[in-house]
Amino acid sequence: MSGFVRFFSYALAVVLALSGAASAAELSGWAEVEGRYFPEGPLYRGQESESVSVALRPEFYGEWAGDNSFTFVPFYRYDSADTQRTHFDIREAMFLKAGESYEFRAGVGKVFWGVTEANHLVDIINQTDLVESIDGEEKLGQPMVDLTLLSRYGTWDIFVLPYFRERTFPGRAARLRFDPFIDSDLGAAYESGDEERHVDFALRYSNTVGDWDVGVSYFYGTSRDPAYLPRTGTGASFVPFYEIIHQGGLDVQYVKGGWLWKLEGIYRTGYRDGGYYALDAGFEYTFSGPAFYGMDVGLLLEYLYDSRNFDFDLNGLVDSGYISSRFNTFMNNDYMLGLRVAVNDAASSEILIVATRDADNGAAVVKIESSRRIGDNWKAELDGYLFVDAGKDPLLDFFRKDGFVQASIRYYF
Amino acid sequence: MKIFILTLAAVISFALPALSGGAEDPAVRGEAVARESHRRDLGFGNTKSELKMILENRKGRKSERLMRIYILEVPDENEGDKSLVIFDEPRDIKGTALLSYAHILKDDDQWLYLPALKRVKRISSSNKSGPFMGSEFAYEDITGQELKKYSYRWLRDEPCGELECFVVERRPLYKKSGYTRMVTWIDKGEYRLQRIDYYDRRDALLKTLTFSGYKQYLDRFWRATDMYMVNRQTGKKTRLLYKKYEFKTGLKDSDFTKSRLKRLR
Repeated sequence: MSGFVRFFSYALAVVLALSGAASAAELSGWAEVEGRYFPEGPLYRGQESESVSVALRPEFYGEWAGDNSFTFVPFYRYDSADTQRTHFDIREAMFLKAGESYEFRAGVGKVFWGVTEANHLVDIINQTDLVESIDGEEKLGQPMVDLTLLSRYGTWDIFVLPYFRERTFPGRAARLRFDPFIDSDLGAAYESGDEERHVDFALRYSNTVGDWDVGVSYFYGTSRDPAYLPRTGTGASFVPFYEIIHQGGLDVQYVKGGWLWKLEGIYRTGYRDGGYYALDAGFEYTFSGPAFYGMDVGLLLEYLYDSRNFDFDLNGLVDSGYISSRFNTFMNNDYMLGLRVAVNDAASSEILIVATRDADNGAAVVKIESSRRIGDNWKAELDGYLFVDAGKDPLLDFFRKDGFVQASIRYYF
Repeated sequence: MKIFILTLAAVISFALPALSGGAEDPAVRGEAVARESHRRDLGFGNTKSELKMILENRKGRKSERLMRIYILEVPDENEGDKSLVIFDEPRDIKGTALLSYAHILKDDDQWLYLPALKRVKRISSSNKSGPFMGSEFAYEDITGQELKKYSYRWLRDEPCGELECFVVERRPLYKKSGYTRMVTWIDKGEYRLQRIDYYDRRDALLKTLTFSGYKQYLDRFWRATDMYMVNRQTGKKTRLLYKKYEFKTGLKDSDFTKSRLKRLR
């Protein structure tokens, strides 16, 4: 983290230096207040049932000489219940130079790959900021150099990733944590002797041909998904263990009328317990028109598969001294059913309900997200999570008392 | 497609005044008016515009959106134009951008860029009749002005304000339109759209759009700077005010791509 703080100081110096030279500069961003409430009593002693948090995410942008720009986006959250969720990150500190047929980026940034809703298998550049959101949608800023080559035959992206970010994990007093608790303050273990300074590479080709959008990607480097090493002795805990892996990925989307057909698949090797493949495939169909009062009503269905053996006994794994990275997901033979409604009103009201259910053991996670604008600068969100029959799944079992509602209000400036 | 905003319409008939009122088939005459209007806007190349959209509900409460629209003319009459809409306000959608490749009779290709997620999403464009940004404009009103998207019928000539207008009915040929027909008023002098009445699927009057503040660019192309849409069924209103129009902006094909979406400001 200290390396990151040092980087922050450099980034700030660059911002200040550039803001003088910039031909155009602007400040925007948001600040929010969020509250969470867990109706059920906690599973582990000391876990809180309520929390309030505040977050700030300003964005500085400057450009000069037409095609050069610098974007700086720090992020800070204070959380009343979770010392780990109280955290600082640089979401973006990116220099961009754009030419006719290329784009060059250097700094810290975020890259998204993929098409599906339930899981983002292909998306591997950024580490998950798990304390922000358990669905994995929030990411930490990733140091990178990225060269994008544009041609009429598609787009090539070449990434060099010189520094690795550790996943964030909830603190001891937080809900939505594993047991044993993963103590981020104890650091992480790495397969590579270079540890977080191992230089990772990624390559992606993407293209659009008619109704098809296709991406093929390859990644070599530190796995963003850790395995875990049990630490015995004073207070059992798991230490995240980051291995060196190869990942090949494919994402495809086909659009026809109201249909969006989606597929993501990956193959990974390099883990101590071997390679595996996983896929997420399905569709989103959108109903619309006067019969739906101008709303877009989307129905989503996806199937998720993971070739690893999920019928594991955690105690056995602890004894073996290595807990596979499959421990990070429950989605091995699951289906997701979702409903998305965009009201298309002046307040941009939206609601998304997604239920993911394990076909083997019946455990399910239901996520509800809703939002609407208030006035010109405010946005209110009401979200909820429900864990159904979670005790039947070895991972979700940790969260079986952790269904919660979350309300937030955000001010945009 | 002539994007609406650009558009224009117009019309003219090859029918000389001497012929008007003659025996000419109304379909042929309506088509001729539309074709001439289209011809007068050919060759605009590309435009950048900045606009304010003012939404007004029944109670008169107003909210505003600011956006920029970039358009690239695609000369092929059987293809639509390319367009980019970049949202600046409200602030929660700042940086959101919509890229469209319009087609004549099949669904447009559309990608939406969500800056918070750094995600370019291919979206289904089959909801042509849905509201654009919560306004009284539907997507098809914004992107739907290609000549070949409609069949035409001349109805009559009549005064429209201080001008003389052709009144031409057009019926969408593409499926999924929210309208059975539109009645358009096009002035005889410059073939500019002055008014459109939209009829819903039950053929009831749904909306009226009036155009004003026309300005001429490059000594040739007319653009309305004020478009006012009134929903006759709900009483809601939306006004589009163009603050700026630029022609010959240097926009090119490579500015209308997925990768470009990610670095738009």
